Amino acid sequence: MIRIKKGTKAIVGSILMVVSFILYRTIGYELVTIIAMIITTLFNGLSIFKKAFNSLKYRIVGIDALVTIAVIGASIIGEFYEAAAVTFLFMLGEYLEARTIEKTRSSIKSLLDLAPDTARVIREGKETLVDPYDVVVGEVVIVKHGEKIAIDGKVVKGEASINQAAITGESMPVYKNIGDDVFSGTILENGFLEIEATKVGSDTTFNRILELVEEAQDSKAKTQKFIERFSKYYTPLIIVMSLILYLITKDIVLSLTLLVIACPGALVISTPVSIVAGIGNGAKKGILYKGGESIEMLAKTKAIAFDKTGTITVGKPKVTNIYAINATKEEVLRISVIGEAYSVHPLATAIINKAKEENLKIDEEVSNMEIINGKGIIFAYENETYYIGNRLLMEENNLEYSDIETYLKEEENQAQTSVILANSKMILGIISIKDEIRENIKDVFTKLKKDGIKKIIMLTGDNERSARVISEEVGIDEYYSNLLPEDKVEKIIELKEKYGEVVMVGDGVNDAPALASADLGIAIGGAGKDVAMETADIILLSEKMENLNYAYALSRKTSSNMKQNIIFALLVAGFLLAGVLIGSVTLSIGMLIHEISVLLVIINAVRLLGFGKSGKI
Amino acid sequence: MKKVYQLERLSCPTCVSKIESMLKKVKGVQNVEVLFMSSRIKIEFDENVVSSEELKDRIGRFGYPVISER
Repeated sequence: MIRIKKGTKAIVGSILMVVSFILYRTIGYELVTIIAMIITTLFNGLSIFKKAFNSLKYRIVGIDALVTIAVIGASIIGEFYEAAAVTFLFMLGEYLEARTIEKTRSSIKSLLDLAPDTARVIREGKETLVDPYDVVVGEVVIVKHGEKIAIDGKVVKGEASINQAAITGESMPVYKNIGDDVFSGTILENGFLEIEATKVGSDTTFNRILELVEEAQDSKAKTQKFIERFSKYYTPLIIVMSLILYLITKDIVLSLTLLVIACPGALVISTPVSIVAGIGNGAKKGILYKGGESIEMLAKTKAIAFDKTGTITVGKPKVTNIYAINATKEEVLRISVIGEAYSVHPLATAIINKAKEENLKIDEEVSNMEIINGKGIIFAYENETYYIGNRLLMEENNLEYSDIETYLKEEENQAQTSVILANSKMILGIISIKDEIRENIKDVFTKLKKDGIKKIIMLTGDNERSARVISEEVGIDEYYSNLLPEDKVEKIIELKEKYGEVVMVGDGVNDAPALASADLGIAIGGAGKDVAMETADIILLSEKMENLNYAYALSRKTSSNMKQNIIFALLVAGFLLAGVLIGSVTLSIGMLIHEISVLLVIINAVRLLGFGKSGKI
Repeated sequence: MKKVYQLERLSCPTCVSKIESMLKKVKGVQNVEVLFMSSRIKIEFDENVVSSEELKDRIGRFGYPVISER
């Protein structure tokens, strides 16, 4: 068969239909009119008949088969006008639906357009442009002013401001220099960089994001699965009904009309289009939903738990004060860092950074190193045993700390975390560490509350007092302190029993198990963090906490859009059914309403793409 | 053997279940999933029973030509 462009086909098909209609209205059912109608039917219907025939070979009754039966039936009884109209409407409807659905797919297409197409590398002593997939890990890629970075990597030379909108959705340029991580798909706006490739080809963050979005758009939401099951029964049920109807009434037109409306097209498409549009909208903002189910879950949750570090706070603790008792300040810091150099705890990082600032030597030899989870560390250095940690560690080792209790409490009341340093005989000093609270976090919580969240919960490994201070400062309803990582998982399970669905927000680094055990895990600042991307159900690629408000509002909007579509589709189906049964809906009108309802459902979903454009969410 | 076939843009969601049920009836096909939005078919089959070429041919004759595969 000759392949005609779909657009051309729609136009020719429409002209034929108009001609048939005019003839029908002017000269009536003459031979020439009937011929025009048959031509219209065949032109518009041939591909439908062919598909119907192909499916029947596999004993599948799809909508093509139903339409074909209706058209043949109508022609046999001489209703050529109806036959022409039904095929025409079906063809036009499919064409317009395909065009509008393409719009909902547009967001992923605009993402694809951001993909880099060349990388500048040095090969055989010369600068050469190669395909990004040809770059090997470890190779140095050169990126100049205005160029797109083609790989994930670490800056080894130069400095630049980079637009990371492709990854984080944030178009404000970010400054990068030696040692910083950069991502494929981002654009170097100003400057010059040499980057050592760490991830190339399909492993880059950018490609992972694309893949996740594509998979998410095709994953089926719970509602969708339900509807698919429903439609599986709906179609055969209507076919049986039309048979029975024919046997009772002997009215063939009525039975055929019923067949035409047997496919609940609007209902089947109602959920997937909304979800695709919602996921697409999020992707542009740097919010990745792993699927329709994540959207539905976030939309209906009432309780959100936050792992404090990296969400409520910036996640980069700093030493704010050193209090020396039986040693000098410098000694306290020096001995602490010697031990802490072996730990990867965020507090240890703060101490190491402070020591670096003061130019202290940190790589001294220690022995009998012991890390006690949730308490601290014990180590031996120059014939002395040292203890660095919290009160629990001191208690366990019979170190008297009652003298410093007042000081500790004071510090904790200012949301500081205190690390105590002692040797085997006495307390030597206290290092206070503070993780700055994110500036806008209070507004984020206020908005979440306004939008429908009932409980905001904080989980932290911090002591009770500083947890309480932070909670009061930012407006948290419930907090749980002194939690070890494994306690957080248990807490989540407890909270689930208490509040039903619980969403957990974390930075996706130390809290992956808790994210996984919640009904829905959201990771903040997920770009480049493989574990976070793997575990979380929703990933906010940038560090911006406002995006949590956006994600929540968007999921609510998407979920209600879905519901509108379902209700509308059900109403139309019911209305059509009733209309056919009382005889006021003819074959062509039934088809017309059916196609219009499908289009309206798609157009309603397309509205979601505009969500947030005005800046208001 | 696992394959992913890219189809021309699918426009009706009902084709999805049609293509799925068609392929499920083909001998040698173990698992099949038709993705509407990306217009792809993810398929698992026993290549000793049915070849990829034959599957593509069947899908094409069914009305949905395969434009690329991986």
